[in-house]
Amino acid sequence: MHTLTALVASLPSDTTITPVTETVQAGVLLVAPLLIGIPLLSAAVLLLLGRRTDRWGHWLGVLASSAAFVVGATVFVKMLQRPEGSRVLDVNLTHHWIDAGAFHLNAGMRLDPLSLTFVLLVTFVGTLIHIYAVAYMEHDADRRRFFAYLNLFIAAMLTLVLANSYLLLFFGWEGVGLASYLLIGFWNYRLDYAVAAKKAFVANRIGDLGLIIAMGLMFATFGSVSFDSVLNGVSGTTSQATLNGIAIMLLLAACGKSAQFPLQSWLGDAMAGPTPVSALIHAATMVTAGVYLIVRSAPLFNAAPDAQLVVVCVGAITLLFGAIVGCAKDDIKKALAASTMSQIGYMVLAAGLGPVGYAFAIFHLITHGFFKAGMFLGAGSVMHGMDDQVNMRHFGALARYMKITYITFGCGWLAIMGVPPFSGFFSKDHIIEAAFVPVEGAPWRAWVFGSVALLGAAITAFYMSRLFFMTFEGEKRWTTRTDGEQQHPHESPRLMTWPMIVLAVGSFGLGWYLNAGSKFVDWLTPVLGTPIEDDPVIPALPLKIVTLALVAVGIVIAYRRYAASHVPVVPPVGTSLTRAARVDLYQDVVNDVVLVEPGQALTRSLVYVDRTAIDGTVTSVGRSTVGLGGLARRVQTGYVRSYAASMLLGLVVLVLVVLVIQK
Amino acid sequence: MFTAPTIDWGALSPVIIVLGAAIIGVLVEAFVPAKARRTTQLALALVALVGALVAVALLWSGVEDTGGTTVLGGSLLVDGPTLVLWGTISLLALVSLLIIADRTETGEDAFAPNAAAVPGSDYEEVARRKGVRQTEIYPLVLFATGGMLIFPAAGDLLTLFVALEVLSLPLYLLAGMARRRRLLSQEASMKYFLLGAFASALFLFGIALIYGYSGSLRYSDIATAIGTPNGMESLLLVGAVLILSGLLFKVGAVPFHTWTPDVYQGAPTPITGFMGACTKVAAFGALLRIVYTVFPGMSWDLGVVLWTVAILTMVIGTVGALVQSDMKRVLAYSSIAHSGFILTGIIALNQAGITAVLFYLLVYGVATIGAFGIVWLVRERAGQSADGTPGPILGEATHLSQWAGLGRTNPVLAVTFSLFLLSFAGIPLTAGFIGKFGVFAAAVDAGAWPLALIGVLASAAAAFFYVRIIVLMFFTGPSGAGEEPVAAAGAYDVAETEPGDPSLGDSALAVETKVEARSTLTTTVVKTEGLAVAAIAICALLTILLGVAPSPVIEAIQTVASFLP
Repeated sequence: MHTLTALVASLPSDTTITPVTETVQAGVLLVAPLLIGIPLLSAAVLLLLGRRTDRWGHWLGVLASSAAFVVGATVFVKMLQRPEGSRVLDVNLTHHWIDAGAFHLNAGMRLDPLSLTFVLLVTFVGTLIHIYAVAYMEHDADRRRFFAYLNLFIAAMLTLVLANSYLLLFFGWEGVGLASYLLIGFWNYRLDYAVAAKKAFVANRIGDLGLIIAMGLMFATFGSVSFDSVLNGVSGTTSQATLNGIAIMLLLAACGKSAQFPLQSWLGDAMAGPTPVSALIHAATMVTAGVYLIVRSAPLFNAAPDAQLVVVCVGAITLLFGAIVGCAKDDIKKALAASTMSQIGYMVLAAGLGPVGYAFAIFHLITHGFFKAGMFLGAGSVMHGMDDQVNMRHFGALARYMKITYITFGCGWLAIMGVPPFSGFFSKDHIIEAAFVPVEGAPWRAWVFGSVALLGAAITAFYMSRLFFMTFEGEKRWTTRTDGEQQHPHESPRLMTWPMIVLAVGSFGLGWYLNAGSKFVDWLTPVLGTPIEDDPVIPALPLKIVTLALVAVGIVIAYRRYAASHVPVVPPVGTSLTRAARVDLYQDVVNDVVLVEPGQALTRSLVYVDRTAIDGTVTSVGRSTVGLGGLARRVQTGYVRSYAASMLLGLVVLVLVVLVIQK
Repeated sequence: MFTAPTIDWGALSPVIIVLGAAIIGVLVEAFVPAKARRTTQLALALVALVGALVAVALLWSGVEDTGGTTVLGGSLLVDGPTLVLWGTISLLALVSLLIIADRTETGEDAFAPNAAAVPGSDYEEVARRKGVRQTEIYPLVLFATGGMLIFPAAGDLLTLFVALEVLSLPLYLLAGMARRRRLLSQEASMKYFLLGAFASALFLFGIALIYGYSGSLRYSDIATAIGTPNGMESLLLVGAVLILSGLLFKVGAVPFHTWTPDVYQGAPTPITGFMGACTKVAAFGALLRIVYTVFPGMSWDLGVVLWTVAILTMVIGTVGALVQSDMKRVLAYSSIAHSGFILTGIIALNQAGITAVLFYLLVYGVATIGAFGIVWLVRERAGQSADGTPGPILGEATHLSQWAGLGRTNPVLAVTFSLFLLSFAGIPLTAGFIGKFGVFAAAVDAGAWPLALIGVLASAAAAFFYVRIIVLMFFTGPSGAGEEPVAAAGAYDVAETEPGDPSLGDSALAVETKVEARSTLTTTVVKTEGLAVAAIAICALLTILLGVAPSPVIEAIQTVASFLP
């Protein structure tokens, strides 16, 4: 095994190398299952013991999450001590998980740089958000249940990223979907929140269907759904159509989970959930699962260039879509959600570019996890101080009242715009450069996708500055509180500010740290191979300057409109584009017309057929059965004499039958 | 000239332990002071049944090696199926005993304080108030269990008949000893006795005819005689049908099923569970042995009889259950339908059939005892008195409408009951599914696919009424919200005067429930000393275990599933 690894490591790795998997037999790495086990156990305890754990349940949740982080960090350190060539490991959980006919699968965990990156992100950011939520949810009677769901989410998300087969991944995939549903609808006594939860669930179902079909195709093609068999099984002989089919279905799954076009509509409504949920699930981790899925399936996508083009298009469309919607939203959380959508569009675009972009997609995913979670927590802090208002037109001038929130949010703001030396600069810059790398045979691609990425950066600068200025700068536009008193914004308690500060530090320095000496890209090499260093069509330095200039323009426009001049409390009518963007570019209308109404028509006709034809048959069978039963009941008179008579009669009939047959 | 047979006492040990304990139990009644009697009797019975189980376990490996021994010169056959059935019966009896012995917090068990007292008399009232208890139930249960142990192990028709009476007579008595609705209970007892006597007579007549044909009562001799025709085949045929009828009566197969609903309803609920589970195991065990070892030579002739009976049983059991409004009657009809399903496994006449039937009996017995145990816990409570204290707890709330909303007030109980119902229905991941799958698969293997088809259709129809109960418990509110009194008085009358049983509605119950019916009733779950809860938990656990991981048990049965000739 070791010689094989060495052999592979010595190969000229200009493309994605085929990972050779070792199985962990002993040692510290065997603690890995605890990553999933601890939060799962905690969730079970909190849910099963119920109200009895109300007093300390939230601390148990925090403890479980931080314990998972400690385990994750231990595994990470162990992994660093191993030579680069043997950092792809499997931990078997069962010997025979599923043995059904030709289908054999072992449940196991894949420990490699890619999954560990996610483990660290999920557990670290997750723990910070757990701590934040202790204070944020303090007055909620169901805080314990909230933490149970958060723990459930952590366990499911870790299952998703640690699985070594698509089927186990699917378990996690559904688990995070469930946790997301439960948490969006956490305050489900509000009908619109419950509806939002349902919408997210349904949109995700469409994506899940894609994953199921993809698994079916994999089994038909490769005879297995484990990563090893599928990803190593891709060869030149596999039919291009099948590969494209699998890849497109995986993309569909990714679109559902990561709110990418055309399944993006649920993310905005998902902001109905408590803000820590928005930060953890709908910004930092779960919504990036689609990117993980694509990057994890890199060998498949590499072999299916047509599907890759679709991936890039989806990413490009979504990144513009989200950015445009973000410009028009007045709800601070929905504006952030639109920006999440847009940023994930960047990641998907990068992932679609192939080996040139995989590592950068993950890089941006990590930095985004920090600065977006930080900003969501900041938004939660603002809401906390402003009587749970979310309308930015009723904010303004909060910088003076909430210093820590202001500074930490500012770090996130500068990071997402890509202002050096903040994190986003390093990650987003790579993606824009990668988008400009020419593709053989299709020179138009570099220009089109590069320009879209560039334009996206400019719009991002505008709408994020708009959000920032409307909230923290300009004049006060406060309204009265719901209890009739004046607003008196105040800084949040320490349990909330400390997580924000930690995330702000990440927003500031993480990108620079990971980029220096291309540490991060090298770390991912065992999984993704060495990225191709191709020159973009525009040289790197001028490209950087153009990008920064566009960002500056975006900031200046936003400053003049939203900080230096009066912002109307009632939104102006606006241009038709603004109006369209406010309603998410009519996506709900489109969904209604394209999907919901035909679907309902189909359902109605099916219900009709069901009632008349199927139910009719069943009912008549049922009726005649009940009629027969009534008859039987009349026979059951309760008189012993008639019982005895019926027995005798039955016996005589039986004897006659036997005798007749014998003759 | 009489030579004393050599007796293999060891092989007999389970029977001896149980019957010996029963006899000691009778002595306990005479010599132990009243106060300590219940504890002594209960301990004695538990020890005896556990002892029987241990004895079965000790005999197991020997039988596995040798294939079994004949005892008492062939009167008893201790082979693999016998051991499996002994184990099953002892286990089921043990679990039932926990429910039989359990008392409510006010110290009331399921039995009349003095079964000899005239219902409604002052004497009865005095006995009730003094807390008199009928501890004879324990020896009675043990005698019945002893009979059940001998029944499937019998190696000749005379032993078979004696065992039949030994198991039946205590049951007739026990059926008439309910604490509440005593007239209904006594009526049930009377019916069971009369019809049982009728069936016994048929059975005896069948034995006489067979003896006339073959000149022997021993199974092996009869089987040999069947192989050598002697011109008296009509005698043999009629005799065989009569013997089968006697056994089919005990398992409640159509057309010998008529007693089942009335007796199941009238008997004290813990006894219903015991009877429904253990009698069925014993009787099917005997039937299995006779069909497989005595009559295989005439399987073609008797096949017609068994096919007819099986089809009628499945259909009538299912259809009958659909129109019942009383929980115990629903379960009674469901037990009839299950007899039909088990018969398909017997008709298969192959090795797989033996294993499947033995396994089915175990899972069916477990779910039956559990279900009736829960029925015993769900009670009627009289309306509040003027000062707001809740009224006294009365008898079982057996009308279906009284179970509405139980899933909300007692979720754990309702979920457990649903588990048993799903097992009856044969839903995967419950033991019932594996059991049904086994018998139907055996039937299909033997070419009896029409039977399996009807069985599957009947199961589908049966699922309807099981699921209906689950829906009733979880998705229908109680007929009055919360503590608000149910208009159960009306429902109660309906329950007892439904057209099916005029005899029950008119005389007996009207009198007894006059007082109760006047006030309004609510449904409640009674708190007990905990034995019943433990028993139900065991049943639920087994139902899940045998559904999720049945292979160890099935394999164990498979290794010994062959009869001595």
